[in-house]
Amino acid sequence: MEITSTLFTAKAIYVGVIFAITLGVAAYSTYFERIIAAFMQDRVGPDRAGPFGILQPLADAVKMFMKEDFIPSQSSKWLFIVAPCLSMLTALMTSAVVPFGDKLDLGGGLMLDLQGVDVNIGILWVFGIVSLGVYGILVGGWASNNKYSLLGAIRAASQNISYELAMGLSIIAILMLSGSLSTKTIVETQQNGHWNILYQPLGFVIFIVCAFAECNRTPFDLPECETELIGGYHTEYSSMKLGFYLFSEYINMFISGAVMATLYFGGYDYPGHDFIHDKFGNNVAALLGVGALIGKALIFVFIFMWVRWTLPRFRYDQLMSLGWTGLIPLSMFNVVLTGTSMLFTVNEGGSNWYTVAVSWAGIVVMLVVTYLYNESQYKKKKLAVG
Amino acid sequence: MNFWYFLTALTLLSALMVVLSKNPIHSVLYLVFTFFCISGHYVLLNAQFLMAVNIVVYAGAIMVLFLFVIMMMDLRKNMPDSKTTLTKLAGAILGGTLLVIMVAASRKMDLSGQVMPETFSSQTGLVESLGKILYRDYVLPFELVSILFFVAMVGAVMLGKREAGERNF
Repeated sequence: MEITSTLFTAKAIYVGVIFAITLGVAAYSTYFERIIAAFMQDRVGPDRAGPFGILQPLADAVKMFMKEDFIPSQSSKWLFIVAPCLSMLTALMTSAVVPFGDKLDLGGGLMLDLQGVDVNIGILWVFGIVSLGVYGILVGGWASNNKYSLLGAIRAASQNISYELAMGLSIIAILMLSGSLSTKTIVETQQNGHWNILYQPLGFVIFIVCAFAECNRTPFDLPECETELIGGYHTEYSSMKLGFYLFSEYINMFISGAVMATLYFGGYDYPGHDFIHDKFGNNVAALLGVGALIGKALIFVFIFMWVRWTLPRFRYDQLMSLGWTGLIPLSMFNVVLTGTSMLFTVNEGGSNWYTVAVSWAGIVVMLVVTYLYNESQYKKKKLAVG
Repeated sequence: MNFWYFLTALTLLSALMVVLSKNPIHSVLYLVFTFFCISGHYVLLNAQFLMAVNIVVYAGAIMVLFLFVIMMMDLRKNMPDSKTTLTKLAGAILGGTLLVIMVAASRKMDLSGQVMPETFSSQTGLVESLGKILYRDYVLPFELVSILFFVAMVGAVMLGKREAGERNF
């Protein structure tokens, strides 16, 4: 009884800490987004609230709470209130299966697993919750009883469904390599620098493009495209309900960064782990691992912002044709390529380097073939026109 | 056990609300909730893989498309007319037949709650054992089902092809 209750308390504290970190990162992402935007556009950015404007998120939160909370009279009221909560809920649920660190020694033979739950279907859980994320947007857009909101919601739904397929197929290649659906096992197979990015460069590119689309970030932010749809699905929202929508987007960014680090960049693995483990003990090494994972996730958050202030938005038909005729065939090719490259390591014989070489060579071959095909089509077109 | 009763009551309640609510959007959302409750039952049976797949496929993909289509219709003006006598009769017959089948099936069920220790395994529902059974004992049906899916996909693509003529964007 004593042992279980200690573990339970420790787990509860862990969950609380992860929750706080997620919210804190999301709050400060809004600040850093503005700072990065200002840097890229040669402006100063927020600098009024506190030193370097560091209290800006607090000021924003106060502003959001103090604003008038308006519900359109013709809207369906309950769904209008529930929708932003749904968005927030689905954004927060994913982090339950992300392994934030290795085991922590609590003394007395107690080991705390730095992961919410280690279910043997971890990555499917992530995938399922991501596919539910669209409900908040869809319901909110419909409940507003506004044509622009509805258009935004419908765009979000079709975009998410289209890009989920390619995302799932790129995850399948990871599953082939690690042989397990559990996120913990996926991380453990990547320890000591065997990061999946070496074996899965193409899969990673597909996954990050799909992550952009699933988070509704530029260049895929068609659901909230200002030039066409006013504000998209949150046109009618104000006050903290709007705040929830914006906040859930930043949480999604952080969590998808953490998932990408888990799947492709070794999770909590970092160079020199064994050295620190021997010198300073298990706990220091595990906590540094947590720092490493969060650092990797923050790098991805930065990439999200970098892309947002660099690339323009897609046109809607371009978005659809990229998803269906670009990414899905590409990810199928990736599955075949992974199978081919695994032939070298399948019976514990051969070297991992062959696997790595085959996966990169496959990409080179694909690029060359695509280029040659394009050239031939281009010449044909030219002949037809001229 | 108490949790099971609670979950089952919730499932039945939300399934009833699917039928009883006037607004089709509410019906769809209740149906999504019903799928969640069924997923909860899968978890109680230690079949986590089925739980996740149920959420991904039904709640995550199919119901989104349902919602998508229903939102496109203008519900105030043209409610689909489903209240003719013929449809009522057909629905009653179909539902009645299903009820008879389920009663007949449940009569054969062993409700004593006895567990056979020699055949019981807590690992039955996990993805590893499911995969082994599917790819060892039931390979042929499994492959046939995937061919069926493939045919359906080709059919959907054929139906969705753009017709020759003007293009509006």
